[in-house]
Amino acid sequence: MPIKEIEDFTISYMQVLDENGKVDKELEPKISATELIDMYRWMIRAREVDQRLINLQRQGRIGTVGPSTGQEAAHVIPALLMKDNDWFVGAFREAGARLVRGESIVQALLFYNGFEEGNKKPENYRTLPISIIVGSQTLHAVGIGYAMKYRGDDAAVLTFMGDGATSEGDFHEAMNFAGVWQAPVVFLCQNNQWAISLPRHKQTKSETIAQKAIAYGIPGIQVDGNDPLAMHVAAEEALKRARNGGGPTLIEAVTYRLMMHTTADDPKKYRTEDEVEGWKKKDPIIRFKKYLASKKIWDAKKEEALQTEIKAEIDVAVKEFEDIKDLPPEICFDHVFSTKPDDIEEQRQEFLDRLRKETGNV
Amino acid sequence: MSKMNMVQAINLAMLQEMAKDDSVVVLGEDVGVDEGVFRVTAGLLKKYGEDRVIDTPLAESGIIGTSIGMALAGLKPVCEMQFSGFSYLIVHQLEGHASRFRARSQGDWTVPLVVRMPYGGGVRAMEHHSESREALYATITGVKVVIPSTPRNARALLVAAIRDPDPVVFMEPKHSYRAFREEVPDEEEVMEIGKAEIVHEGNDVTIISWGAMMRPTIKAVDEYQEKTGKTVELIDLLTISPMDSKTIIESVQKTGRCVIVQEAPKTMGIASEIIARINDKALMYLEAPVKRVTNYDVITPYFGRENYYFPNPERIYQALEATVDF
Repeated sequence: MPIKEIEDFTISYMQVLDENGKVDKELEPKISATELIDMYRWMIRAREVDQRLINLQRQGRIGTVGPSTGQEAAHVIPALLMKDNDWFVGAFREAGARLVRGESIVQALLFYNGFEEGNKKPENYRTLPISIIVGSQTLHAVGIGYAMKYRGDDAAVLTFMGDGATSEGDFHEAMNFAGVWQAPVVFLCQNNQWAISLPRHKQTKSETIAQKAIAYGIPGIQVDGNDPLAMHVAAEEALKRARNGGGPTLIEAVTYRLMMHTTADDPKKYRTEDEVEGWKKKDPIIRFKKYLASKKIWDAKKEEALQTEIKAEIDVAVKEFEDIKDLPPEICFDHVFSTKPDDIEEQRQEFLDRLRKETGNV
Repeated sequence: MSKMNMVQAINLAMLQEMAKDDSVVVLGEDVGVDEGVFRVTAGLLKKYGEDRVIDTPLAESGIIGTSIGMALAGLKPVCEMQFSGFSYLIVHQLEGHASRFRARSQGDWTVPLVVRMPYGGGVRAMEHHSESREALYATITGVKVVIPSTPRNARALLVAAIRDPDPVVFMEPKHSYRAFREEVPDEEEVMEIGKAEIVHEGNDVTIISWGAMMRPTIKAVDEYQEKTGKTVELIDLLTISPMDSKTIIESVQKTGRCVIVQEAPKTMGIASEIIARINDKALMYLEAPVKRVTNYDVITPYFGRENYYFPNPERIYQALEATVDF
């Protein structure tokens, strides 16, 4: 019997706005001027907050931070396309998307300064806290997707992970479950080329991350993750598919981590300045600003006003954060279980008695 | 002899064992080019190349699972978990396989691997970077659990772990990584796994600790001895499993009193096991109940609050006082 080909696969790559701000007219999505400016504002807000967090860490005013500078298009734009009742199941490098979902800057500051209060639910209740264990949250997203289907809720679930996470078993299990259950999940992989010191080509032998979707029978697409318009098109399509019963999608957003893995990391140890400089030219904010200017809806005056406004907003938040004085030490006893077992209550009392004695504050 | 910190001492153990034995390989996330996020594997890639110092894809279960295969085929993998908080996926492979190949095959197959992992708090890092979960690994029969406390014993115990014919979880107190320096001999030094160390002898009370808690314990003991004129027998457990009952029991039989200091939460910890052993063999010698100084039974606090929760010299001092004056 001759060997015959039984399946044939292809993977598409999409770019709408190139790094020089030149748009592909055929692919260009119809987005109103107001919405375009909104997209830009949120990207700038994400960038400015990120840079301030790094500065504050460098000054010893907060703890370790994992920056997302350079990846704004990849995570802010999809978050903007979410409906209020959609679910956000993030990892740890989508700070800008969390702002979109209603997290306050003060909350972010609390989180990065080692206070659980930073994880309190933001305005939007369907937003899970930061998940640090790489890839683990993708399974939660699929479980949530199942629950939405079960309840007849048309919400979609947007979950984020990085290129490193695609090596974890959890990620593959999540994609497989999502395929089998046709769960309404959008897997958004921010392929930023580096998992701490490991370059993308050593993470997987696959030519693309998008092609991993094929193995699980779900659609996968590679997108220029520094292109806000391409991210808009891809995320909107995937979210719609999820909400309309079309099942999961994997979007590989090709982007770049312009900063360190976290402020505890020194990227000079494993990558060249040339490489970083090359990617700086592909910065999503630069090209988007050019695009807005070419549409005559943005100019230097507007830019200056926006920068001033956002910097002032961050200043206020930092002041508010630094004025917080009364975070009670004992809260860790309060949320171990729904009700306190006797011995935890006893430990709590002992803890408070001890602190009172130590501080002389009876 | 040269003075080094714990990071350098652990590094020395790997450098020397790799030179001696080409079956020793090092693998993990960022252990090669980046030399480990704490730089514990510094210089290894340069010296021994990519075949022996492997930057793996990001998959903890994968690292241990493949290490089991390497060990079964005669290599001696020394793998690194970046932080113990990311290591729980490996319980699957340790409990399911590494711990039991020997028993399963009645001694025909063995799994001589080492899993190094920094553990414990005090470094102002995010969630999952501060836990002490030695008890979790110690419940896996067939896996040894070792926790050094100083540069010198870290080096000598890691050499022993690499040469050990069984799987060893080697937990490194990251708070002590660069906290102090100590003379470490250039020439080979090996300590025995399964032996606790009497750091100094005393007659009035025994105090037992391990890992990063040794430093606040020593501080409290020094102050207590100085203020009261009593003498404290200080034991560094060093190996969590298999536990050195003999040293503990003989000491408690001598002093009749015991305090245990543990960074982990109070319940189901290593201190509980020590107390059970004292009950078995030294109950009738006790003149006071055995006291534990531990973290509380809470989810390990984020770093903003952790100092309220971990044992500190003041709490340890009070426990010594309460036990001796009982």
